[in-house]
Amino acid sequence: MNDIAFNPKLSRRAAILCGLSAAGGLAIGVPVRAAEKALRKVSWADGQNLKPEMTAFLVIDPDSSVTIRLPHQEMGQGTSTALAMLVAEELNCDWAKVRVEYASANRNFRSGMKLYGQMQTVGSAGVRTSVTVMQQAGASARERLRVAAAQRWKVDPADCSITPGKCLHKASNRSLTYGDLAADASKVSLTAEPAIKTPDQYKLLGKWTPRLDTAPKLDGSAQFGIDAKVDGMVYADALSCPEFGGKLVSVDETPVQGRRGVLAVVKTGDTVIVVADRYWRAKSALNLLKPVWASGGAAKVDSAQLDKAYRDALDGPLVQAKNVGDAPAALAAAPKVIEALYEAPYLAHAPMEPLNCTVKLAPDRVDVWIGTQAPMSVLRLAAQESGVAAENVYVHNQFVGGGFGRRTQHDELVHAIAAAKAVGKPVKLIWRREQDIRRDRYRPQAAVRFRAAMGADGTPTAISSQIAVGSLLRSLGASKVENGLEPMAVEVIATHAYKIPNNRVEVVLKNAHVPVMFWRSVGASQNTFFLECFIDELAHEAGADPYQFRRKLAADRSDYVAVLDKVAKESGWGTPLPKGHGRGIAIVDTYGTVTAQVIEVSVSEAGKLKVERVVAAVDCYHAANPNTIAQQIEGGIVFGLTAAIHGEITIKDGAPVQGNFNDYPLLTMAETPPMETHLVLTGGPRWGGIGEPSVAPIAPALCNAIFAATGKRVRKLPLKNVDLRSV
Amino acid sequence: MITLSVNGKTHQLDVEDDAPLLWVLRDELGLTGTKFGCGIAQCGACTVHMNGKAQRTCILPAKAAQGAEIVTIEALSPDGRHPVQLAWLEEDVPQCGYCQSGQIMSAAAFLKAHPKPTDADIDAGLTNLCRCGTYPRIKRAVHRAAELAGKVKA
Repeated sequence: MNDIAFNPKLSRRAAILCGLSAAGGLAIGVPVRAAEKALRKVSWADGQNLKPEMTAFLVIDPDSSVTIRLPHQEMGQGTSTALAMLVAEELNCDWAKVRVEYASANRNFRSGMKLYGQMQTVGSAGVRTSVTVMQQAGASARERLRVAAAQRWKVDPADCSITPGKCLHKASNRSLTYGDLAADASKVSLTAEPAIKTPDQYKLLGKWTPRLDTAPKLDGSAQFGIDAKVDGMVYADALSCPEFGGKLVSVDETPVQGRRGVLAVVKTGDTVIVVADRYWRAKSALNLLKPVWASGGAAKVDSAQLDKAYRDALDGPLVQAKNVGDAPAALAAAPKVIEALYEAPYLAHAPMEPLNCTVKLAPDRVDVWIGTQAPMSVLRLAAQESGVAAENVYVHNQFVGGGFGRRTQHDELVHAIAAAKAVGKPVKLIWRREQDIRRDRYRPQAAVRFRAAMGADGTPTAISSQIAVGSLLRSLGASKVENGLEPMAVEVIATHAYKIPNNRVEVVLKNAHVPVMFWRSVGASQNTFFLECFIDELAHEAGADPYQFRRKLAADRSDYVAVLDKVAKESGWGTPLPKGHGRGIAIVDTYGTVTAQVIEVSVSEAGKLKVERVVAAVDCYHAANPNTIAQQIEGGIVFGLTAAIHGEITIKDGAPVQGNFNDYPLLTMAETPPMETHLVLTGGPRWGGIGEPSVAPIAPALCNAIFAATGKRVRKLPLKNVDLRSV
Repeated sequence: MITLSVNGKTHQLDVEDDAPLLWVLRDELGLTGTKFGCGIAQCGACTVHMNGKAQRTCILPAKAAQGAEIVTIEALSPDGRHPVQLAWLEEDVPQCGYCQSGQIMSAAAFLKAHPKPTDADIDAGLTNLCRCGTYPRIKRAVHRAAELAGKVKA
């Protein structure tokens, strides 16, 4: 077992040490701009790089610099560095000469999706699902370079060895660089693919490695979708019907007619778009319009009604998602049933870069500049909306200014194409923040009812879980949901590792008029809150320590136990705390990774909550880049705390109430607790995901800590609505 | 017409009186390092320096910035070696990176007023939002930048 501790005090040193040893171009002391000029580490294009390639994943230039093409997108999670490390480890090249670019969506489409697959970045899938492809791409290229060297020298390939970036023939003391050999190597076909390394052979993987994309994010040169510059482009702002499902009836254009810069007022089914020569002229003109909307039938719906509707839905009918033993019979026979109702609100994604895109339409070609998690979806949607064949759509994906699931569905692209058609010019359309939040597709509202019975040994004999939640797939119109079941609705509650002899999980997929979608950690985000708080209630009922209680229920899962033990040890679990303080624990296995967190809070008599400290322990089985893993754990904790403390989208008159960071606040620096991450890597065949898992346990760990501090059990989020004053 | 001094250059611009400085920088001058986040001066992604002080620009009329020395992220340093940039590089702060121009500009101005900040000073003084949750690294990097700046002066 490999155990890496991230001591925040040491991390800077760790980063510097790696910087000097592993990443020449980014090493401290090299001017950022000079380094960038010498070697641009990251460039995003679609089908623009026409250099001779080794494989669809690799280009090696004559100077032996290596360009690695990524089938996943960089939205901050560090996947571009981690995926490049997987290739570089096998290729055995000079890491300082590695750069990355996005794989071409257009080329992928033309290949029938065979070259790069789905190219989505969802479900913490980057390293987790592409590890073998990336490793094999590197290993295969290395072997072909070696064969090419042997052919050049007319020697047996077995007598040729590899040193970083070079092939050697020791007997004759000859060497050739990868750059010398790349053109020949691209013509070599192997009779069998070489074996990939075993973890004990890794030299780069597992080491704290500086990101490839940091430098351009420090001087304003990183290009996000919103920064696209296209000759002749104009700008657009959009306002959609406040009520989801409502329609645009009419809009009086008089207030903006003849206004400077205004080019067009464009109407779609439920949206008004103003196009102008500058964005702020479009935005200020749009502010003058008073569109007339027609209700889609939900004009009287509010959150109180929705809360009741989800609670009522728990009375059935429900569909069975899991059934072990006979929970109803066990509960009926139990002397005491512990029952609890939990609720969670709609949540917006709110990436810092509001949704936007730039489109250029021609009769036989469409170009889209955008930051997306799903370039193939962009390609297909642009084809559908423009009428141009999909094979002639080019997606110029950029740095993604936060995704969290939102940038898989591009409603803003529909608006941009409508605007570009109307004015016959390239259009950059930006959703103002209010449109970004009010036209989001939210994490679904949900309610869960648990009933449990405890045995004489202090463990649960039966749990019945009933879930009412919106279907993401139905909301997206992407798929029929067979049998009323979808995995996201029941994940964690139906898939946890706890041994319960009688365990029934039932669900009702209930959609309101409010659109719902994937939100960082998806079903695990609300279901881990529900389950891990209820497990805490059962531990309390049994008079057991919440850590030991979980350990006993998951005793046959060595990874669970290792992670629980680690987080307990590092957090000082069980050691005395001052009055008004409490610790809470939660654990989850999601996206192939086991994550446990312990939170310490203090709650004042006046009810003021302070998160004092967070300790996380994570088993993702293997670590590509501990640097970006630590970032994701920290970032997920902040994301999860934001939701638990502040996050809710409420509905009034059928429309979302919140619209900007004043009423949909994000956690601030001052609210962010000290936090530390400990990796417990148990190895084995799988690589765990890391972008999402740490979001899921934070709300229950926090609420369990509040219970320990105050005796108050929080069963409905967010905490800002909960009175924590001592009576 | 308004006259703006941006990154040491003077620009005559034909924009309306209510045009926000952010959009003048981005769309008139092509300085896209300064970002749009909220449009209500809540998030700080649009932070620049005006006469050396941090200024959110998304609701500030450009007209009100006449006569001030405006510096954007593109010109914080000639070579990317401002102590805050170096510290951000050492700590590998950015994730998505979208808010970081504003974070860096805010931190650079903050450190002038607080050359040796405590954690509490940082909590009170740096209020820009980050959805990726880079706050722990920002805090470490601000302390590191203070060290680096101190060395330059010493």
